[in-house]
Amino acid sequence: MGIKSLFGLGSKADRKGVERGFLVFENTSEVIRAERVLRESGRRVRVMGPPPEIRTGCDLVVEFALMDGLDVLRELEAAGVAPLDLVPVESPLLKPVDMYQVKDFGAQLMVRAANMKITVDKSSLEIVNVSGGGCPDVPFLAGELAGRRLGDAPRPRDIGHTLCGYALDLAFEEIKRLCL
Amino acid sequence: MLVVAGTVPDPDYPLVCGEVLLEGAHVSVRGARAEVNRGTPALLAAAVLAARVLDRPGPTAWLVGDTGLGRGSRRLYAQLAGSPGPQGVGVFVFHYLQPDVDWHDRVLMAVQDLPGPPRLVADAGFMYAAKMSGQAGAYDLFTPDAGELAFLADEKAPHPFYTRGFVLHEPERAPGHIARAFEFGNAARCLLVKGAVDHVADSRGVLAVIDEHPEEAMEAVGGTGDTLTGLAAALMDSGLDTVRAAVLAARANRLAGSLAKPTPASQVLEIIENIPRALSAVLAEADLEKA
Repeated sequence: MGIKSLFGLGSKADRKGVERGFLVFENTSEVIRAERVLRESGRRVRVMGPPPEIRTGCDLVVEFALMDGLDVLRELEAAGVAPLDLVPVESPLLKPVDMYQVKDFGAQLMVRAANMKITVDKSSLEIVNVSGGGCPDVPFLAGELAGRRLGDAPRPRDIGHTLCGYALDLAFEEIKRLCL
Repeated sequence: MLVVAGTVPDPDYPLVCGEVLLEGAHVSVRGARAEVNRGTPALLAAAVLAARVLDRPGPTAWLVGDTGLGRGSRRLYAQLAGSPGPQGVGVFVFHYLQPDVDWHDRVLMAVQDLPGPPRLVADAGFMYAAKMSGQAGAYDLFTPDAGELAFLADEKAPHPFYTRGFVLHEPERAPGHIARAFEFGNAARCLLVKGAVDHVADSRGVLAVIDEHPEEAMEAVGGTGDTLTGLAAALMDSGLDTVRAAVLAARANRLAGSLAKPTPASQVLEIIENIPRALSAVLAEADLEKA
């Protein structure tokens, strides 16, 4: 699954007030397996027909809470049933922010992806700051990453839970690519 | 009274409500301590110090542990929707909470029923929920950064991770994005847009541009937006109108940053320590300007 299409845009909350997304799979048997995995972990998901824009040969998708994207992805990958794509319920063709901004402070390098920024000391490769974002895993992730060397730090996508966590993971991977 | 609702990045942190004490590098509410590094504890530390300068009571906080799973946020939402008290709230700030439109709506209704009602400030996750609920106009102040402003400006975006291609996260586009956010009803009555240059705006457009004491390194320092929100809320609680409070908060936060002589590796506590001096200087300057 491509990074750019990991999450999509949903402009309207469902009846429970949570943004919804679709998980798209290669075939129907994967849809059924994914539904079982997610239901067994207590998630509220539904199997539905996909909108025309995202029909890929499978005529079913799994609807889920978009904000839980990282957790859902981890569970499905662990179960060996990773989706082809995660897209929004309302506007499935719209894509997430797709840009990195790099700022070189001399001794430190900062990379921004979407609303998240990570800064690394270029000589020691220590993560010196994490900023931006507004989901509650941001302060948690910052606490877990700051002060650790880039090569030793956990990936945000492995310990984060939200879209901000995913954006930080993009910045993290990019700064690793630039520094390591 | 200033009340702040937010989270602490510790799953074991209890749901508490009470006066906020600043104890060195920690804030404490009813004995539950949280490190001041970023997020709601940084907002609270700034608000405590600002209240001292303003000779006001310190903030009261609703806090709960949440590391992003949303369980703590939902516990707090349930509490606030049922009983958002205490009495006598003048300013209510909502901060790092898991975005959830349904809970947002219930909490907003409960808070609007408080006597007053209080002026409302939203930042971080709760601002995302406020925008998505379609009730942004119920708030007195949002404090977005450039990326969050782009999210407010894109009426279809559910999160700052998504904005359409024409809504770029570029600070120089702030005036246009501000206008668009108001046009589609996705702005609070006042916006304080934080960045290399801060903008204060309402539905008429940009009212103030604050660019003094530029410190490029501040962008990298986590928590500087949180301290700005804490300053603005404390100034509102002192009786200032929202626009005036936003302008003075921006000036004080920038000066505090400058006094700390920050590098990209600085921690927000170094900036917070300079808030009393910076706010005192900004208030004195404002008094002179008035005179």
